[in-house]
Amino acid sequence: MVSFHGKDLVSLAPLKRDDIEGFFLLVDEMKNIILRPVKKVPTLRGKLVANLFFEPSTRTRSSFELAGKYLGADVINFSSSGSSVTKGETLLDTVYNIGAMKPDLLVIRHSSSGAAKYVSLRTDIPVVNAGDGINEHPSQGLLNAYTIREFKKQLDGLKITIMGDVAHSRVARSDILALSNFNTEITLYGPKTVMFYDHSPYNVKIAQSLEEAIKDADVLMMLRIQRERQSALLIPSIREYAKFYGLSETKLKMTKPDVIIMHPGPVNHGVELSTNVVYGDRSVIYNQVTNGVATRMAILYTLLGGNANEN
Amino acid sequence: MKTKIINGNIIDVESNSVYKGTVFLKDGIIEKVEKENNTQKDDYEILDAQGGYVAPGIFDMHVHFRDPGFEYKEDIKTGLRAAVAGGVTRTACMPNTKPVNDDPAITSYMVEKAKNLKLSELYPIASITMGQKGETLTEMGLLKEAGAVAFSDDGLPVKNSDVMKRALEYVSRFNAPIISHSEEKSVSGNGVINEGKVSTLMGLLGIPAAAEEIMIARDLLLAGYTGSHMHIAHISTKGSVELVRWAKQRGFNVTAEVAIHHLTLTEEDLYKAGYDTDYKMNPPLRTSEDVEALYQGLKDGTIDTIVTDHAPHARVDKDIEFDKAPFGIIGLQTLLPLSLTLFRKGILTLPEIFVKLSLNPSKILSLKGGVIKAGEPAYLTVFSLEKYLFTKEMIESKSKNSPFIGREMEGKKLYTIVKDRIL
Repeated sequence: MVSFHGKDLVSLAPLKRDDIEGFFLLVDEMKNIILRPVKKVPTLRGKLVANLFFEPSTRTRSSFELAGKYLGADVINFSSSGSSVTKGETLLDTVYNIGAMKPDLLVIRHSSSGAAKYVSLRTDIPVVNAGDGINEHPSQGLLNAYTIREFKKQLDGLKITIMGDVAHSRVARSDILALSNFNTEITLYGPKTVMFYDHSPYNVKIAQSLEEAIKDADVLMMLRIQRERQSALLIPSIREYAKFYGLSETKLKMTKPDVIIMHPGPVNHGVELSTNVVYGDRSVIYNQVTNGVATRMAILYTLLGGNANEN
Repeated sequence: MKTKIINGNIIDVESNSVYKGTVFLKDGIIEKVEKENNTQKDDYEILDAQGGYVAPGIFDMHVHFRDPGFEYKEDIKTGLRAAVAGGVTRTACMPNTKPVNDDPAITSYMVEKAKNLKLSELYPIASITMGQKGETLTEMGLLKEAGAVAFSDDGLPVKNSDVMKRALEYVSRFNAPIISHSEEKSVSGNGVINEGKVSTLMGLLGIPAAAEEIMIARDLLLAGYTGSHMHIAHISTKGSVELVRWAKQRGFNVTAEVAIHHLTLTEEDLYKAGYDTDYKMNPPLRTSEDVEALYQGLKDGTIDTIVTDHAPHARVDKDIEFDKAPFGIIGLQTLLPLSLTLFRKGILTLPEIFVKLSLNPSKILSLKGGVIKAGEPAYLTVFSLEKYLFTKEMIESKSKNSPFIGREMEGKKLYTIVKDRIL
């Protein structure tokens, strides 16, 4: 029985190696389901999953929605990008309102770090963090680790480099938390303006050049540059970023031949990755998307499955 | 009215000693102090200290009472009730009310309202600039006449260095300090907690120690340059302590305060509490290394006084997402017990604690009091070392934003004596 050590999945910090390895086996099963011609199973029939998205999102929301539907649950979507706050409604009020409609699980995306944790402490309903500010994106961290395992067979012994705006990336933090449970060597690289001021809480090293960052890597995890959010003080320009921190086919010549390239999507083509790299044979970006649905099915199953079986 | 306080251990800040004795009060003045417990029948009303301590009255020179303008968070009455409950005899309140305390009429309103309540005393701090906008100076002379004891733009630090320099020059005719909330806002940016290990772990934007230290360095240099009295509010980092120490060694007319929560909590406590907004304050909770430096600063005299930065915020303000919540916590009822932990940790003696809590703030604001001796005004905090659990129900403030709810405290107010009022 897989456990997230509580009713929620708001952070990957509590998960240990055994938890994640057990979880991977569950994802394997879920993946079998979605590769079938008829995908729907009745496992979570009668359960209601509520997606609460306080930030625009298409991919993550769709992924959770499909995950719920493939398992037979009903899924409803509430979107509200800050507008309820301007109306004087608080986050907690919104959650209580939706909670009163008796969903069995809440999937929350919010621009404030800690928002999912805050909500989870105020409701008995299981909460899944679908991204909280710049803090965490646990399902993405799990699906990334799962995808690496799929292509590299095991996580132990791998050199993994995370490149881009690490300090403001919820994906990076969840990646680090998930991968640190294994015997991996994690390297971070990007402009100094977007590195952690103090990276000592994590077992990571900081590369000092692009070459150092990519040449021995087994996995390159590229982060999305949030163009709309970047202030000019972090990154002077997109073309400068693309030249020094983006991955092109030319730069790929420096890497190991079997390196895999990952990206949480959506990719800024020509910025962090060139189009040819995105569509190239080392890219596993679309596998990540498929694994994302399977991972989220496994998350919903873990948090709701026990009850479903009892019923 | 004549009262004598018996069965008390008197805390003498001048000789750094504690002795059994009796304090005689008459018409709001300390009439005399006897070095023995005088329980003889006479015409003095008896106040029994029950074997506890009689200390110079606590003077918290950094509070926010939200009145006028934000009375739903706190008002002068509830604020002063909290002061009484915490053994705080005098308070000085910051000007970030609505309207800002930049006009003698507002200062007078505060003074009059507090006077009529007959609780602890209130000394308004007026703003340095009109509307705390950092542009034009307030009428410091008229404000002083109306009852203001110091000038500060508090949470909106004076950005323009020339304005700060002129304020220091101008105020010097009126014998009042400029109080600086030293923060370079362009560096603290959208930060909500200390930048360091915990900001990495929690994914929250950090406030670098440098944001505080840059502005302290500027303000100290301006104090040195003008020769005027600059009081640095709530210093929280090791670097800030070193800067203030340097300025004092150079002979600058500088004093400094520390908020009690910066001596009590670190960013690790915030991390353990999760995203609890009752751990969100500005300056933010720092590291244990910073706390050690603050202890040293208290010991060697770099830091003159301990304050609360009592900042009430209602549940509607605080019970929201961490990064959206306002900074600040209440503190008037926890100042005494938390300060006494400095004694238990061997950092300060009991009299030294009351130098910081009573004598020094009196001196900084050029007011009498802070010493238990004949002829001084009767500001006294009588307390016991009783242990108790601090609960939400004990809180007199309108707002309950305290990270200390549920914490075991040692040190309880028995009497808050404010001249002729025994509260």
